[in-house]
Amino acid sequence: MKTKTSSGSHRRPAKLWQLRLYVTDSTPKSLTAFSNLKKFCESHLKGRYRITVIDLVKQPQLAKGDQILAIPTVVRKLPKPMRTIIGNLSDTDHVLVGLDLHAAD
Amino acid sequence: MKTNAPKPISPATHLPKCPTGIQGLDEITGGGLPRGRPTLVCGGTGCGKTLLAVEFLVRGAVQFGEPGVFMAFEETEAELKANVASLGFDLAGLVRRKKIAIDYVHIERSEVQESGEYDLEGLFVRLNHAIDSIGAKRVVLDTLEALFASLPNEAILRAELRRLFRWLKVKGVTAVITAERGRDQLTRHGLEEYVSDCVILLDHRVNDQIATRHLRVVKYRGALHGTNEFPFLIGDEGISVLPITSLGLNHKVSSGRIATGIPRLDAMLGGRGFFRGSSILLTGTPGTGKTIVAANFAQAACRRGERTLFFSFEESPNQIIRNMHSIGLRLEPLVKRGLLRFHAARPSLYGLEMHLATMFKEIAAFQPHVVVMDPITSLMDSGTASECRAMVTRLVDYLKAGQVTTLFTSLTQGGHALQQSEASMSSLMDSWLLLQDFEGNGERNRVLYVLKARGMAHSNQIREFLISNRGVDLVDAYIGPSGVLTGAARVAQTAREKAEALASQQEAARRQRELKRKRAALEQQIAGLRSEHEASAEELRQIDEQVGRRTRLLTTERTELGRLRQADVSVAASARGNSKPKSKL
Repeated sequence: MKTKTSSGSHRRPAKLWQLRLYVTDSTPKSLTAFSNLKKFCESHLKGRYRITVIDLVKQPQLAKGDQILAIPTVVRKLPKPMRTIIGNLSDTDHVLVGLDLHAAD
Repeated sequence: MKTNAPKPISPATHLPKCPTGIQGLDEITGGGLPRGRPTLVCGGTGCGKTLLAVEFLVRGAVQFGEPGVFMAFEETEAELKANVASLGFDLAGLVRRKKIAIDYVHIERSEVQESGEYDLEGLFVRLNHAIDSIGAKRVVLDTLEALFASLPNEAILRAELRRLFRWLKVKGVTAVITAERGRDQLTRHGLEEYVSDCVILLDHRVNDQIATRHLRVVKYRGALHGTNEFPFLIGDEGISVLPITSLGLNHKVSSGRIATGIPRLDAMLGGRGFFRGSSILLTGTPGTGKTIVAANFAQAACRRGERTLFFSFEESPNQIIRNMHSIGLRLEPLVKRGLLRFHAARPSLYGLEMHLATMFKEIAAFQPHVVVMDPITSLMDSGTASECRAMVTRLVDYLKAGQVTTLFTSLTQGGHALQQSEASMSSLMDSWLLLQDFEGNGERNRVLYVLKARGMAHSNQIREFLISNRGVDLVDAYIGPSGVLTGAARVAQTAREKAEALASQQEAARRQRELKRKRAALEQQIAGLRSEHEASAEELRQIDEQVGRRTRLLTTERTELGRLRQADVSVAASARGNSKPKSKL
């Protein structure tokens, strides 16, 4: 079922991908995660993604909403359903699975 | 050299403590949980971990002015609020007033993909934010171990947990971390490795279909604590570890005495009855009149104007009132006047702890002077022997602390009056009365004796215990060469003795009469002899007289003869004295 909804969104490629990256300060892990995510989006979602970086040190109240525990965490807000990847995104295969990128292709 | 001067510092002052406000727990731990340190609360499902944690926070916020953060890993905020509302905790209100912050942490493992390195800084940020937003002093993490199910990388998780506990200490909050009980270790994932300051173990055991919760302080670094397993209860006012008065033996003691309601029994107890505030055990086989003695005791107390609480575990109040009416005890007016209150409950209704809690609640509400437990042995069936003993100990302690005089009746099975359970219970009791059946001559009779009565001279005699429609009475049992006799045998023996006494009395009278008669006969004999003696004396006199007269006559005759025969002058002269007849002649 899930794959069907994903493929449904696939038919509308104009759909914007909204990604949130939760970090704390500019730790090495956070920076790595950001560059990995950027690289990944450029190669797979060029032109149709938006990354919002949220620094929980500055906005701790936002952690509750997306149930953030691990840092760094990437949350796919759109397309639905919401998906979460934790880690510095160094493992590209897992990122592919985690973001369910097939939905975008 | 005053080396022996007592040190002013007690161990409790070394370590600052954070009172939980949970009834009994602070007594066991000597003041509460270690302040500013994490405490691990572990236990199986449904033994009250979450509740203990919530109560720790709520009481902290309400009673001690310490706001708290509840980080829930298992229940949502709404669920939590609803669950504890039944225990009278207004979690929602406390959250609104910013006394408590709840953060529901949830990760669905299936929705999370792991890629590369990470840490749990997000958790720290959230916790920190929650603590700072309300100025929390207390933190609960319930149940942290849920993370092991949510996060795939255990190595990272363990490292982060270690960091979390260190961080909590640095933050200076008193934390309670709950964890599921593991198979061979305290917690399923070995959290005790990280939390080493204080570990409390909760346990829920079922014995004979009755479940009891237990609490044990496994470890408390740097402080003295009760190491025992204490039964605890989740009541409608939260958790109560009930009551920890047994840690000391220092009740106030009264030398006042109170009457038992049976005058002869008072007489057996040094003439003045039991000590006020003492505990009395009344054991007896079935049908020996335990409840009757208890009811008399209760009535006597009420008549003195003292409130009496009667716990009945076998009969309903109405049944007791009716039955006592038949022996002339009118309890109903006392109930109406509010002096006597009955509390009846089946022992199997709930576990010992619940019974104990209910009894405490009743006692606290009614404030009785006298308490009757009829019979305590029924309660004994709802737990193991040691549990029961612990319960009775706590009960006795509680009542003694309140200077309440308590009469426990105890049913002994079968012929043997002293059973093991009684012997073990009796050491807790100040006085022990024994009611027993004496069977013989085709009848059963009740006897009563005082087995022990601490601190008073008491009778060592067996008394027969009589129940009639006018009430109860104690009479002396017959003790004689043929042993102790009671009932009809006693009456028969008394009658026999009476008859014997009468017979010997009659015999004496008879002998007296006989002797009297003998004496009278002798006296008669004496009188006969005397009269005989007198008669012979008279005869003698008469003889003498006759002899004299005859002599005179002879002389006269001789003189006459002489005169007639012209006797010589001398004869004539000698006869001149008797010349008259001569002259007459």
